[in-house]
This record gives sequence, C-alpha cells and structure tokens, in this order.
Amino acid sequence: MAEYGAERYGPSADVPPDYRVAGRHAMMPAANHDEIARFNFLANLVKYVSTRVLPGTAVAYQNRAEPAFEDKHGHKPRDRREVRKAMEGDPYYKIWSALRLNTMEMRQQAGRSVVLRQLDELNAAAKSLNDDKPTLQLDPSVEIPRYIGSVDNHLMPGSYYTELVADDVSPAANYDVGIFVTTQGLFGLHTDGAGHGLVKWLADNHPDLKINRILDIGCGLGHNSVPVALGFPDAEMYAVDVAAPMLRYGHARAQDLGATNLIFKQGNAEALDFPDQHFDLIYSTMFVHETSYKALHRIMAECRRLLRPGGLHVHLEQPPFHGMSPFEQFLRDWDAYYNNEPFWSTVHSLQMTDVMAKVGFDRASLFETKVTAVVDETIFPKAGDFDYGRGCVWYTFGAQAEAA
Amino acid sequence: MSTIDVFKLANTRAKGKRPNFLDDPAVERVLSITLAVAGELAVTRERLDTVERLLAKNDLLSQAAIDAYEPSEQEAQQRAMWHQEYLARIFRIVQQELEALERSDPSSEDVGATLAEGESD
Repeated sequence: MAEYGAERYGPSADVPPDYRVAGRHAMMPAANHDEIARFNFLANLVKYVSTRVLPGTAVAYQNRAEPAFEDKHGHKPRDRREVRKAMEGDPYYKIWSALRLNTMEMRQQAGRSVVLRQLDELNAAAKSLNDDKPTLQLDPSVEIPRYIGSVDNHLMPGSYYTELVADDVSPAANYDVGIFVTTQGLFGLHTDGAGHGLVKWLADNHPDLKINRILDIGCGLGHNSVPVALGFPDAEMYAVDVAAPMLRYGHARAQDLGATNLIFKQGNAEALDFPDQHFDLIYSTMFVHETSYKALHRIMAECRRLLRPGGLHVHLEQPPFHGMSPFEQFLRDWDAYYNNEPFWSTVHSLQMTDVMAKVGFDRASLFETKVTAVVDETIFPKAGDFDYGRGCVWYTFGAQAEAA
Repeated sequence: MSTIDVFKLANTRAKGKRPNFLDDPAVERVLSITLAVAGELAVTRERLDTVERLLAKNDLLSQAAIDAYEPSEQEAQQRAMWHQEYLARIFRIVQQELEALERSDPSSEDVGATLAEGESD
C-alpha cells in the first residue's frame, strides 16, 4: 500500500486516523488486530457514505424529487414533511439510507463481538476498580423511562440498560469501544471534546462563577463528565443516569482516569433526591434529544429547583431546526425515523427558550450559544460538520439563575 | 466460564421495527450480506498488509507481533486511503447513479433508433 500518499492523491488523502490512536484506559475492551481492522473498515465506510454518497441526496432532490413534487402539487415542498414525501421514494435516497442503516448496525455488531467474548473479564475489572467505593451509588428502584425503553436508541441492541449477566458493563463497553467508528476522533482522545469544550467555555464566559458543586445529567458512561471533574478538581461532582451498566463502567473508567471527585449516581433527571439550590453548575451533553416532551419540561424544572441563586445550567445538543432549509431538516430527521431517536424530530423543532420560560426561568436569564469541541488537533482532524448531526460544534442553551 | 451465546448476542437486533428502504426486501438482505463480506475482505487485506510490512521489517513472523503491530501515522494514512479506494470500487454503481442524475444520457437503444432514422423509408 506504499503507493498511497497525499503527494499523488491530493484530497483523497483526507482519511480517518487509525483506531489505535484513540485513548486507552483500564476499562477499554482489548481489541485484537482483526477487530481493529474491522473498526478501521467501518470508520472508512462511515466516512465514505457521509462524504461521497450523502451529498448526492441534494442532487437527487434538486434534479429529480423536487421537480417531480412541483409537477404534481403545483408548488415546491414547503416543509420537511413535504420534502420527505418528495424524497422517500427516490432511489438515490434509498440506497444512501440502506447503506447508512447498515453502517450503524455493523458498528454495533463489531463492538458487541469484541466486548462479549471478554465479558467476564470486563465485569471483573469493573468490580475490582469500583471496589464498593462510595462514589458509585446504584439504586435498583430506578425505573427505565418509556423514552429509553420503547426502542433501542441509535440501534444499540439492548440499549444502555440491558444486563446479560449480573453486574454487567457490556452496554457501556460496547458504546466506548466502537464510538470511534462514528466520531473518527473528532470528539477527542477519550470522546471527551464536549466536556473539555464546556470547561473552556466556562473559563471564557463565566470566569468569576464560583463552582463547588456540579451535576451532569444523563451522563452515560461519563465521556463528558470526566473532563469537567478534572477541570474542577476541588468541586464535588455528581453524574446521574438511569442505566446501571453505564454507571458501573463509567465509575471504573473515571477512577482509572483520575477523576476521583466524581460520583456516579443512578437516578432519573426528572426527579432527583438532591436538596433545593444544591448545585452551582448543572449541565448535559447530547442528552435532551433522548427524552420526551413531558420529561424535558420536568428536567428543566428540576434544573431550576436544583440551581443555587446565580448558578448556571448549560445543555449541549444537536442543532435545532429553526433557520435550516426544509431539505436539511429532512436529512437530519433520518435519525428520528430510522436511527431509533424517537424524540429527535420534536426536540429539534422546539424553541428551548420557550421550554425554559415555561418552567419558570426568567427570560432575561436565558441564553443560546455554541460550544466547540476541544480536541488534540495534532492527532485528530479539525472540527467540521462532516456528518449530519454529528459535527463537533454544539448548539448550547441554558440559563443563569437569578442571584439572591 | 461465560454462559452467554456470544455469536448470537453479538449479532442481535435493536428493539424497534427495522425499516426497509429498497423495493425488494430480498435485495435489502443481499446488500447487508454483501457489506459484511466487503468488511471481512477489508479486514483480511489489512491483516495481509500487516504481515507484509512485518516480514519486510523483521524477517520473522508471530501472532503476537501481528497483534502488537502499530502503523506509523503515514502507514495508517496509506491504509485508510486503501479503504477509501476499496469502498469507491464497491460503490461504483452508486457513484454512477449520481453521475447519471447530474447528467442524464439517452440509452444506446434510443440512440440506435435515431441513427436508424430513414432505414425503413
């Protein structure tokens, strides 16, 4: 393969890094040569489908689907639902969709096949690192909410919570070992670019905010909890999630990465058992799209209850639909229909400022902004919105509670 | 000893009805199988590349050496570029479909008909 190189191939040399550059830690499942090669293939397949196949959907729309719709209805598609009507039968859209669906499914298979062959070792490693420490607080009475239990989010078999054996960490291990396939390092060495980005954003925008108590809601395995805990080493920090396997793995991983001030607690962000005005900073990353309309309002109300006067809550999300062309909205909606993100379409249609105002936040205290991932650019490519919904500049919203 | 069926569980489906995009579900099935085979060929090709490079480097070969092999940044880029060219070859038909969308051509049969104009006069 020595004939390949930038000097002969120019832009074709823009390719994903090798899987081996991704960050390691004590809980990361070991992958052998061929398993790594499979991740490399899938990272390249995702890159190929998103950079070479996906752009053609716009051509198919402009040259074929939109004119056909206009012939039939006397006007161009006016919103994303009409774009969908125009496009869903389009042969090019169908092959892109079928390829994308397969890449998502194959990534899950590749991750699970690595994890499940070493399940006992992984569960034992977690147990050893967790070692009955008080910083892991599981609560079996926490129920899996309907918005997580109805379908498996982003086609992840068994979702975040299914335990194949007692004390299982396999859902988190699969999530962690294979996320490189879709992020290709764009989210940082430990898939923690959003957390690092948030720490930088706080330093740039709220340098004087006193932060002693932090809460991360819907933390998953804590990819974006650890960098914040490390960024505020003197703070007491809680990371909550409904799924025990994520917390077991996340706690073990955080211990290994040195975030010993981070408490992983099983709980539902709609109703937590912390006292009123307990936190200086509450945040979430890529969380609210995996809730529901009612739950989102309850979560925002809970943020309001838990923030101390002058405290800040900040949420990093995929971009909302307002301001986007109907065609782009339609493309992003793919995840809502086919990637098992059932709240995606609704959440991105909402005005988050209205949601926050509805639960009692003063409109003057609300903000909407962007937070950019902070990643190691010597290893990983610079930020770019290479795949719809998976860029590493996030729409960010929140509020600063009124001072006392 | 693990009690779970790894082969079956690794391949299990996600909860939620799977969409069918292509008109014929049989074609959709063949696409999934073809992509899996494509992936396994890529894995084999990458392994072979590792073997070749190691043989050249060390004049010896062991299982452990293969698993421990780490490509340099340049070697990794070469391998990823191989993947991209390989994928372009596999998806030639999709690229050509797009090219046809960008510039539609008449079929040879249609051209044949115009070239035959006058024949039956």
